Amino acid sequence: MTNELVHARIEQQRPGLLVRHETAYDGMLSVETTREHVVELLKFLRDDEQLQFHFLTTLCGIHFPEENDRELCIMYQLHNWRANIRIRVKVFFPVSDPHLPTATTLWPAANWMERETYDFYGVLFDGHPNLTRILNVEDLDVFPLRKEYRLEDGTRTDKDDRFFGRQGHEGRSFD
Amino acid sequence: MTKIAEMPEGFAGEGFFATSLSKVVGIARANSIWPLPFATSCCGIEFMATMGTNYDLSRFGMERLSFSPRQSDLLMVMGTIAKKMAPVLKQVYTQMAEPKWVIAVGACASSGGIFDTYSVLQGIDKVIPVDVYVPGCPPRPEQIIDGIMKIQELVKNEPLRRRFSPEYQHLLEKYQIA
Amino acid sequence: MQVQSYFSQLDSIEGELATLNLGPTHPATHGIFQNVLKMNGEKIVSAEPTIGYIHRAFEKLAEHRPYNQITPITDRLNYCSSPINNMGWHQTVEKLAKIEVPKRAQYMRVIVMELARIADHLVCNAVIGVDTGALTGFTYMFQERERIYDMYEEVCGTRLTTNVGRIGGMERDFTPAFHQKLKDFLKTFPAKFEEFNNLLERNRIFMDRTIGAGPIEAERAMSYGFTGPNLRACGVDYDVRVMMPYSSYEDFEFIIPVGTQGDTYDRFMVRQEEIRQSLRIIHQAYDNLPAGDYHAAVPDYYLPPKDDVYSKMEALIYHFKIVMGEVPIPKGEVYHAVEGGNGELGFYLISDGGRQPYRLHFRRPCFIYYQAYPEMVKGSMLSDAILTMSSMNVIAGELDA
Repeated sequence: MTNELVHARIEQQRPGLLVRHETAYDGMLSVETTREHVVELLKFLRDDEQLQFHFLTTLCGIHFPEENDRELCIMYQLHNWRANIRIRVKVFFPVSDPHLPTATTLWPAANWMERETYDFYGVLFDGHPNLTRILNVEDLDVFPLRKEYRLEDGTRTDKDDRFFGRQGHEGRSFD
Repeated sequence: MTKIAEMPEGFAGEGFFATSLSKVVGIARANSIWPLPFATSCCGIEFMATMGTNYDLSRFGMERLSFSPRQSDLLMVMGTIAKKMAPVLKQVYTQMAEPKWVIAVGACASSGGIFDTYSVLQGIDKVIPVDVYVPGCPPRPEQIIDGIMKIQELVKNEPLRRRFSPEYQHLLEKYQIA
Repeated sequence: MQVQSYFSQLDSIEGELATLNLGPTHPATHGIFQNVLKMNGEKIVSAEPTIGYIHRAFEKLAEHRPYNQITPITDRLNYCSSPINNMGWHQTVEKLAKIEVPKRAQYMRVIVMELARIADHLVCNAVIGVDTGALTGFTYMFQERERIYDMYEEVCGTRLTTNVGRIGGMERDFTPAFHQKLKDFLKTFPAKFEEFNNLLERNRIFMDRTIGAGPIEAERAMSYGFTGPNLRACGVDYDVRVMMPYSSYEDFEFIIPVGTQGDTYDRFMVRQEEIRQSLRIIHQAYDNLPAGDYHAAVPDYYLPPKDDVYSKMEALIYHFKIVMGEVPIPKGEVYHAVEGGNGELGFYLISDGGRQPYRLHFRRPCFIYYQAYPEMVKGSMLSDAILTMSSMNVIAGELDA
């Protein structure tokens, strides 16, 4: 089972689902699809008797503030243990409309991973059973891993930014 | 000839030893502290090693660890305290009965450590008063024992009326602890 | 802490349920996480975990630190076995920068990683013993862990959060004292470990407490994303060291122990056997330790020796550039996984060619498998729930990151 065979099978059984495909820097097949088709693609990858990507390794969000209408990206990484091959699925969508259907219907493992992505990036997963903040404090009203927010706590008084080389700090604070 | 422990100043005679009450209470308290190990992260594992047989904390009278705040004297905060955890820490401190002491073990508890981020409390002295800070990431068991010995010094020499003094009340008000 | 409203519908079913708050500070939860349990007498009807009490924002922090300063951050993920996290990160950067590490350095890394795995499993199993009431094993095994800490000190200088290794190899060769300590350890540890094993393995009380506590089926475990000893206790032999060998693991012969039922006893026994297999790997690596360099010849990434820095110009320039973080990192995205103490620890790194990663995501096994905890303890008694939690080896640093 190679990347070419996987891609050929996807194109043969579900033509038109993929927007783009490439071999990533580390040799993994990386495909891109739209948010309307992502659950269908993941279900096909999991259930197809030749592909059998039965394991969801991880799911994370990425923020590209420069791309218009494609600022937020969700990356799913699947793994087929029998053939020992991995695949990466990416979805891009604008930050002004951060909705995406949930993958918890396919894998219960996606539950907390999607909550973490909501907590960090503000991605709203439609159909998630309990989309609340998981790692940050519950009443935080910003999504801290987006690039416009700074790392440090804005209200700290004991550290002088001049000594840390942070004169005009690179983001606005949110406390 | 090494002495086991230092005798306080006093007047000794046949079958009796007269000294001041605060010294007796100080010695008794210092050698039988009941700690509350508030272990959150990596420093907690070094504390478990300190408690183990190689570095043995029970030599210092701390044989009995109490996880109930109402029954403990020393709050040992070991590890990073996130902002989500700070109210819990304050509540645990408030539930302890006087006299109580706090030792901040590790860089994260003292000042936030390497985690200069939005979600980490930059030092527990932002929410509770601290008596001894033990720096290190994580501090070696010898350093933790050094901090505990300093706490023992504080406990031994504390005046009996300190907790009722206006300075102490002012300190508690500064932290908004009733 | 607020109870989520979607569980309140249970109150209408039986009005007699008690709500018990387990944590966040509780002696039995080794780590900081909270569980709000709804109990029907002694049996648990539902559990709702809350985590994040030690969220230190590693992923955001990694976007603001150069590559060699991220190693101490990875230390603090699973701090009971920090060399494994460090090596995983170094291998991720080496995959991105296409650096080939010499064989000797790979074998040295394997020895340190397997010592870390032994240390991690010793903590977990000793703590399972403590939670059933057997404190003796804990005190004896922590003495053995002190000997592992002595060996860490010979390699990298610290005991717990090791920051061991460098991008391109190891920071120094094994000292003679390390060789002596490792030989002593390999000679005397197996006997002491078997003493600990005999205390618990066929102990009637321990078996009654742990068999049947918190079982999970293999299919359900895989769909929950389980990896590591928790999954191997269910019968699935997935191990990253065998599936995608890294750092010369393909040269060594070892078995992957599996259980049958996925309950606490199986998790305990799988970890015990893994300690024995780790000892086997260390024997093979140490007996066949090849001669050679302990680091790759990559002056762009690996600090030159201090004598050269003080005398030669290029060494001075390389030293300056590496310390300032100006290393040539190509653009691209890499995913690399290692077998951590708890399962597949993955690093997903997106680099835009700059000094700091653009995005670094940690695939943390504890975070993923702790989701299954409410399902594993539903219907069991409170004491079984405590045992299940400690046998899953949830490390708070890896849970929250």
